Amino acid sequence: MPLLELTQVRKCFATPDGTTHCVVDVPRFELADKAHVALAGESGSGKTTLLNLIAGIVSPDSGSIKLAGRELGNLREGERDRARAETIGFIFQTFNLLPGYTCLENVLLGMAFGPGHDRRFAEMLLKRVGLENRLHYYPRQLSTGQQQRVAVARALANRPGLVLADEPTGNLDHANAREALKLIREACYENNAALLLVSHDREVLAGFENVVQLTDINLASRKVAA
Amino acid sequence: MTIGWIVRKSLRQHALSTVVTAVSIGLAGALLMSIWVIKSQSHQTFTRVTGGFDAVLGARSSKLQLVLNAVFHLEASPANIEWQDYIALTNHPTVALAVPIAMGDNYRGFRVVGTLPDMFTRIEDAPGRKFHMQAPGRIFDPALREAVVGSFAAQKLNLRRGSKFHPYHGLNFAEEHEHAEEYIIVGVLEPSNTPADRVIWIPLEGVQKMSGHAAEAATQISAVLVKLKTPMTGQMLDNQYNRKETRLTFAWPIGTIMSDLLNKISWFDRVLELVAYLVAVVAAGSILASIYNSMNERRRQIALLRALGAHRGFVSASIILEAASIACIGVLIAFFIYVAITSTAASIIRTQTGVVIDAWAFHPVMIWAPLALIVLAALVGCVPAMKAYRVDVAEHLLPTQ
Repeated sequence: MPLLELTQVRKCFATPDGTTHCVVDVPRFELADKAHVALAGESGSGKTTLLNLIAGIVSPDSGSIKLAGRELGNLREGERDRARAETIGFIFQTFNLLPGYTCLENVLLGMAFGPGHDRRFAEMLLKRVGLENRLHYYPRQLSTGQQQRVAVARALANRPGLVLADEPTGNLDHANAREALKLIREACYENNAALLLVSHDREVLAGFENVVQLTDINLASRKVAA
Repeated sequence: MTIGWIVRKSLRQHALSTVVTAVSIGLAGALLMSIWVIKSQSHQTFTRVTGGFDAVLGARSSKLQLVLNAVFHLEASPANIEWQDYIALTNHPTVALAVPIAMGDNYRGFRVVGTLPDMFTRIEDAPGRKFHMQAPGRIFDPALREAVVGSFAAQKLNLRRGSKFHPYHGLNFAEEHEHAEEYIIVGVLEPSNTPADRVIWIPLEGVQKMSGHAAEAATQISAVLVKLKTPMTGQMLDNQYNRKETRLTFAWPIGTIMSDLLNKISWFDRVLELVAYLVAVVAAGSILASIYNSMNERRRQIALLRALGAHRGFVSASIILEAASIACIGVLIAFFIYVAITSTAASIIRTQTGVVIDAWAFHPVMIWAPLALIVLAALVGCVPAMKAYRVDVAEHLLPTQ
C-alpha cells in the first residue's frame, strides 16, 4: 500500500473577474513508503497548493487523498490536524522559524502537536544537522544555511512518515543549497521518512533519482505551461 | 502543557505591551479594591468609633458638629456650656456616666483636651476594652499639671513619660500663642486606633483655668460625653434637650449621626466606583488593542502552528489564555498597588482623624474584582481569538507574506 495516494483530486479558486481557475487537477499520483520523489514545476504550476492538499491544510473540491491508509476527506478538521501533526513534516522555502523561539524550541514546536515534547530527540536532531552548539540561539542569530538546518530538524521532530519540502533551497546560495539538499535526504533516510520535494531548480532536481514533472500528473498545470 | 508554553513565549515575545497592559489592569484592580475597602472600612470604623459613649451634650449646634468635635476632635467647638448643665445631666436617671471635656488649646497642632480621670478608668472605648497605659505610666493627677498623651500624638511629637510641654492657645498651632503653664507627661496610652490616639489629655481644670483664657471659662466646659444606662433611653434626653430647650443640643446616637453623614456623601463613593469601573473597561480595552494590533505579525505564526498540527481551537484558546494571563499578571500587580494605595490612604486618615483602617483586612472585593478582571480580559481576548480562528493557513505560509 502506498504511503500517499491521490485520485481525481481537483482544486479550483474563484478569480476576481468571477471565473474559476483550477490549479490542481491530478487524476492519479502515488508515493511509496520511504520513497524520495522530486516534483518539478514552474512558478504558478500548483506545487504549493498540491502540498497543502496533501498536508490537509487545504481541502480538495473533489477527489480522494489517502495518507498512510487514511482518507483525509473522511476526517474532521481536528482529525486532519492531528494526522498532519503525527504524519507530516514541513520544510518551507522561507523556513518559517518562529523568531521568538530558540533553535531547540523551534524543533520542540515541531513535535508539540504530535508525539509531544522529547527534548533529548530534539537535541539529537539538532546535533545531526550540526547545530549542537546553537541550541539556544534565536533564528536572527543564525546564518540562512543554519536556519534551513533548523527547519530540517523541525520537519523530522514528530518522526513523520512523509516530509513535504516546498522549494527548500530557494533562499540558499548554490553551495548551501547542495549541502541542505544532501542533509534533507540523509536525514529523511535515517528517520525512515518519505520525501516529496517540489522545486523548479534543475540542480536540485538533478540530485533525485525519481523526478516527476508536475505537468505529467497535474492536468491543470499543463494549461499554465501551454 | 503546550498551550501554556506557547502563551508564555508569546507574553515574553511581546514583553513591553504585556507589562504596560498588565500595569493598566493592575491600576484598575487596585483602584477597584481600594475604593471598596476604604469605603467599607471607613463606614464601619466611623460609625463604630464612639469613644465608648452613646451621646454628646453641647451648645446649640448641629449634632454632627458636636460629634465631630467631641468624639473625633475634628470640628471647632460651637460654644461652651455651663458646669451646671453637666451636673444636671449627671443627675438624670438615664445617665450611667457623663464625662466633661474642655477644648481650646493645642500642642503643635495636636489637641489638648481637659477631662476627668473617669475618661480612662470607667470608659470602654470598645466592648471589654479600656484605655491602656504604656508601662511605666499612670493617669494624671487632676490637681497637678500632668498630662496623658495618645499613642499617635506621642509618636509624632516625640513625647514620652517625663517630657514637658507648654500648650498653645487655639486649636491651630501658632508659635506666638504659647501658654505659660508647663505640663509633664506621666503616661502614654497604648494605641486604641481611635481619635483619642491624637489627643493630649490634661486635667479639666487645667484647660478651664489656663492663663489667657476668659474668666468665665473657669466654670464652663466644651461638651459632655454621655454613657446611658440603656442606649434607647437617649430618646428621653433627645426630647428634653432638642425639642423642649433651645440652648443645648443632645447628639444621639453617635453611630447613626456618623452614618447619616457618610450616607450624605455616598454620591462621592459612587463617582469613585464609576471611575474604577471605567478604568477597568479601559484596561480591558488595552488588552484587546495590544493583542489585536499584533494580529498581523501573529498571523504567520498562527499559520505555522496550524501547519505543524495545531487545531484552530488551540490557537484561539491560546489567544484567550494570553489575554487572561495578562490580566493575572495585572491582578498580582494590583495587590501591590492596592497595598500602597490603602496604606497611604490609611496613613492620611489616621493622621487626620486618628481612625485606623487596616490595609490587610480581607474584603470580598479582593476575590470578585480580580476574578471579574480576568473574566473580562478573557472575554475581550475572544475578539482577536476569533480572528486567529479564521487565519488562512495556506495564504500566510507563502514566502511573499
